[in-house]
Amino acid sequence: MSASLVFFIVVAAVSLTSALGVVTSRWPIHSALFMLVNFITLAVFYVTLGAQFLAAAQVIIYAGGIVILILFVVMLIGSEKIGGPSGHRLWTPYAGVALGVLMLATMLYTFASSLLGEPGTADAIEAGHPKAVGMALFTQYILPIEMAAVLLLVALIGALLLARQPKAGS
Amino acid sequence: MVPTSHYLIISGAIFAIGAVGVLTRRNALIILMCVELMLNSVNLSLIALSRQWNNLGGQVFVFMIMAAAAAEVAVGLAILISHMRHTDTANIDEFRLLKW
Repeated sequence: MSASLVFFIVVAAVSLTSALGVVTSRWPIHSALFMLVNFITLAVFYVTLGAQFLAAAQVIIYAGGIVILILFVVMLIGSEKIGGPSGHRLWTPYAGVALGVLMLATMLYTFASSLLGEPGTADAIEAGHPKAVGMALFTQYILPIEMAAVLLLVALIGALLLARQPKAGS
Repeated sequence: MVPTSHYLIISGAIFAIGAVGVLTRRNALIILMCVELMLNSVNLSLIALSRQWNNLGGQVFVFMIMAAAAAEVAVGLAILISHMRHTDTANIDEFRLLKW
């Protein structure tokens, strides 16, 4: 039981608890805050995996962008209109949970054989350094970067058009 | 060093929790949040495997997934806002304008 394994178990417990909180919360504000905790625990995981640039990007993009956007929408719409779940079709939560447990069991069955496998090399600590990721992004993967930029531009224009207030005459 | 399989188990568990959320919840905003949970679980598994095989392509792919997820959340929330202006509800059982 090394210190890194204990740390991993603690962070994993927080991550799974917050993920369950996202799914089972009655109010969307609580779900958004649980999701924020989950994103931060994932950023901690990325740091332990040696991906420092992606940990910073996770905090900036997800915790500092997407969660803020969702909180804006909850405040804009008004959380009294999007309250707790309604009560018809009583069997659907049980079916959903059963399917989720089945999916988790199949995934664990696939991973269980490798639980005793080799732990991997330790020389990848430098691989997630921002300089290394930046060099790879702008030399080998320059085309996906440009396409991601175009995608973000299209999404920006689309979101602006969709969320615009309808004109008085139309 | 924590073995890669542990990260994959956590990734699978978060994915399963997100999938159960998408199947079970009826609020469109919560469903969007559960989709983000699933995307993040895939990010975690990609970075764990990128460390194991010492291949930086996994981390570059995660960066692209983050960009695509940000774009998708923006457009999805814009659609939700514009729909709620017309119908005043976020329950997906009430989203039946395209139904035959």
